[in-house]
Amino acid sequence: MALFRMPSLGADMEAGTLVEWLVKPGDVVERGRVVAVVETQKGAIEVECFEEGVVEELLVPLGRKVPVGTPLARIRAPGEPETAPAAPAVPPARAAPPASEPAGAPAPPAPAPAAAAAEPAPAAAPPAAPGPKATPAARRRALELGVPLARVRGTGPEGAITVADVEAAAGAAPAAPAAPPPPAGPAAAERIAAPAVRRGFDPVEMRKAIAAAMSRAKREIPHYYLETVVAMHRALAFLEERNRDRPPPERLLPATLLLKATARALAKTPELNGFWLEGGFRPGPGIHLGWAIALRGGGLVAPAIHDVDRLSLDALMAALRDLVQRARTGGLRSSELSDATLTVTSLGERGAEAVWPVIYPPQVAIVGFGRIVTRPWVDEEGGLVARPVVRVTLAGDHRASDGHLGSRFLAEIEDLLQRPEAL
Amino acid sequence: MSTGVRTTYRECCKQAIRAALLADPRVFLMGEDVGRYGGCYAVSKGLLEEFGPERIRDTPLSESAFVGAGIGAAIAGMRPIVEIMTVNFSLLALDQILNNAATIPHMSGGQFAIPLVIRMATGGGRQLAAQHSHSLEGWYAHIPGLKILAPATLEDARYMLAPALLDPNPVIIFEHIMLYNMEGELDPSVSSVDIEKAAVRRPGRDVTLVTYGGSLPKTLEAARELAGEGIEAEVVDLRVLRPLDEETILASVRRTRRAVIVDEGWCSGSLAAEIGMRIAEKAFFDLDAPLRRVCSREVPMPYAAHLEQAALPSRERIVAAVHELLGRGG
Repeated sequence: MALFRMPSLGADMEAGTLVEWLVKPGDVVERGRVVAVVETQKGAIEVECFEEGVVEELLVPLGRKVPVGTPLARIRAPGEPETAPAAPAVPPARAAPPASEPAGAPAPPAPAPAAAAAEPAPAAAPPAAPGPKATPAARRRALELGVPLARVRGTGPEGAITVADVEAAAGAAPAAPAAPPPPAGPAAAERIAAPAVRRGFDPVEMRKAIAAAMSRAKREIPHYYLETVVAMHRALAFLEERNRDRPPPERLLPATLLLKATARALAKTPELNGFWLEGGFRPGPGIHLGWAIALRGGGLVAPAIHDVDRLSLDALMAALRDLVQRARTGGLRSSELSDATLTVTSLGERGAEAVWPVIYPPQVAIVGFGRIVTRPWVDEEGGLVARPVVRVTLAGDHRASDGHLGSRFLAEIEDLLQRPEAL
Repeated sequence: MSTGVRTTYRECCKQAIRAALLADPRVFLMGEDVGRYGGCYAVSKGLLEEFGPERIRDTPLSESAFVGAGIGAAIAGMRPIVEIMTVNFSLLALDQILNNAATIPHMSGGQFAIPLVIRMATGGGRQLAAQHSHSLEGWYAHIPGLKILAPATLEDARYMLAPALLDPNPVIIFEHIMLYNMEGELDPSVSSVDIEKAAVRRPGRDVTLVTYGGSLPKTLEAARELAGEGIEAEVVDLRVLRPLDEETILASVRRTRRAVIVDEGWCSGSLAAEIGMRIAEKAFFDLDAPLRRVCSREVPMPYAAHLEQAALPSRERIVAAVHELLGRGG
């Protein structure tokens, strides 16, 4: 049995309001499925779940604001016995039978359904499901190995599940996980695609969120700053060539090259790609670039594009358009908001020439691109020419890296932008 | 095995003092019965004859007065070694130690250093009853401004004093009474030790036994017994009780995922409690079993031998605690 919890959609989020359920008890869900919409300071976010199984019970009613970490729903893993007869109408709010005792006839919920039903809402904090006793290390190992604790027999003190028990269970389990129940078919797909009613961003709340994150950044992060001016004539010529026969919606924008070059350079300096957590650097699980998007009503979000280093330029451009579109209409996903491993801010055609950005904690660096402008330039032969150039800046967290590394990173971006065909 | 000299812990303590007296004319030893009687535990026997009454000074039975004199001498530039007969008696000097020695460097804005070393005997096991047998190291380890050492090996007994005298802060060295007769060969390859780090005295993969001072030998015995059953216990000797070398403790617990803390102090509010809490705070997600402590029973130390032994941590209790953590027996 897994608990689907109110996710943290950024270091500054403390609570969220559940505004829409996209699943109901009995629905089959899989990893990545959008199951709910949560209203946060950053607007309405589609929240994905990271479990697979059957939704057994929704624990939080619509419209309720709950702290990060509060269980929102119970999800039964494939193959796990049901803990209650299929009567989802009366959730056993307080007397959930222990998931660790699947043997015997499934006990009906405690005999107080009438009373439970009469009560308008469960207490503010739903009771924790009494899971099997397991040590902290065993729980972590179980998560790593994907072993549901309910299937592990404990041999530790007081019958607790230990790391060795989890590993034994993982080794003994049939190699392939039990086949999940047949996917729900087109219905599920439709449900994902079904446009939900979105609420717009609340500019006041968003301002508060930005204020909190940026104050924290300037309070906690010792920033260092570097700048390099990069000639863009080759990159722009490359884009012109690529875009020549394409209709406007399919054209590549310079941002694509800037993002891709950043991602490729990051692959060479992974020390800038990740998070400063608990007094140490933790590398990011991939190169997920946050893209700072200014919103029309004021404010800013920086959702992530995943694995930018592995996307083709066309795929990246499509992702970028999609992201900007959804950011402005309030359809961002939870993983996009919490996943970025480094943020890129680009001022675009009407921006200033250079930006000295503030790091978004807990990330350890941010890259800024100014407006592409034509400026005098000394070319390879020593001649003075007019060239399009862009000022590229890096703000780095000096706890995690030093200027020498940052310089190498910027030099790599510069080098990549001179060889756009390789991007 | 080695060509070390066969010696005792007591002799190592004495040679440490002798070497300090020879090396620096500012060093002197002062305390009750340290001169003519040769020290309550015979540590300073013979030193009065060798160094004379100026440097080996017998004091009246007045802990507060002679510890205070030691503090004054240290401020004035001397390097006093003050011996207090047992930690129980040191409570008479607690005002000097806590309110003066530990605070003057701080309250004078660093104008006065107090390079004072206080040695005291601690612990039970010799039927000296409830006023001479307690293990109060943890109380001193509570006090910021002090450095607390607990030598548990011949090498530490022999070499910890020198860096302690070099330290500008007051340092207290606890010598456990059951260790004085411990015999062995002093490792000839060692000529100095640090007073910063804990030491892993026995590597192991299944459980970490954290201990110090007089409990180290029993803990090592317990580890040997466990090894006979195939349980490999790692033994961490704290050596320095303040400031604690958290890094070594946590690194070991992260490897073994289990910890038993063996501390002759009483359980409540003990050094063992502090270590357990730090493990819980900083290595919680690495733990594969609850934490356990083996401490002295919470009673004034009994006089009767069998009751005294029952009150103190023992090899059997350490082994039983490990069994519990591993889900065996119990």
